[in-house]
Amino acid sequence: MSRAVEESNRRMLRARDAMDRAFAQPLDVAALARLVHVSEAHFIRTFRATFGETPHRYLQRRRVERSMFMLRETQQSVTSICFAVGFTSLGTFSRTFREIVGQSPSEYRRGAGGSVAAPTCFAMAWTRPSSFGEARGVAG
Amino acid sequence: MFNAITLSQIFVTDQDEALEFYCGKLGFEVKVDQDLGFMRWLTVCVPGEPGREILLEKPGPPAMDEGTASQVRELLAKGATGGWIGLTTDDCRKTYEELLAKGVEFTQEPTERPYGIDCGLRDPFGNAIRINQPVQVD
Repeated sequence: MSRAVEESNRRMLRARDAMDRAFAQPLDVAALARLVHVSEAHFIRTFRATFGETPHRYLQRRRVERSMFMLRETQQSVTSICFAVGFTSLGTFSRTFREIVGQSPSEYRRGAGGSVAAPTCFAMAWTRPSSFGEARGVAG
Repeated sequence: MFNAITLSQIFVTDQDEALEFYCGKLGFEVKVDQDLGFMRWLTVCVPGEPGREILLEKPGPPAMDEGTASQVRELLAKGATGGWIGLTTDDCRKTYEELLAKGVEFTQEPTERPYGIDCGLRDPFGNAIRINQPVQVD
């Protein structure tokens, strides 16, 4: 039983790594499921059981995290960052950003500090916003 | 007070496979591979850096009960045990290309950062490895 969980976890991690690697590309659940040799429905269900959210939500948080990074560390316009991280409409980007971060991209940029000296993967893991707002009340 | 960090540990679920990956693919050297009876003491190091060893430890009894070991393996498999190694290189992009050709799975392509050019990969067990080509400081 445990070996099966281990194997399944490893598959889901591979898929998550693939999303981290290619976060700006459109979410292709079928390709991710193929990559880890499971059906699409099984993939979505198992990913959620493993990491606590669906692949779609994970990717959205990844993209918002990358956009926060770019807002902090580059001079690019909000529009250009929106497309650079994989959103296809500015409206969806702004709405999703606000839903997750609680501020608009421009507000976030104004209040953000400078660059972080830790390796990128730590910034990616630790500045990825933790939820879509539902946990904010709990976190205080 | 202290002189150096000489020994660190990460969990691996198969020590033979770990050797093949860390030595065969990443180019580490075996420092110690000894059957202590109660465990296989397996450490590797970067060639020319024997003072800094990494223990490739297999979680299991009697150090850990089987239930705990299986939890550790499950967390490791989803990249959540925190086993993590930071390496430096003279040429990050070249190292990336070479390892990619050997079938190593990367989590991030080489990226320019204020501290250098770095990229990330995943070992076969779920541990994360970061490769950095530090910025040259005059």
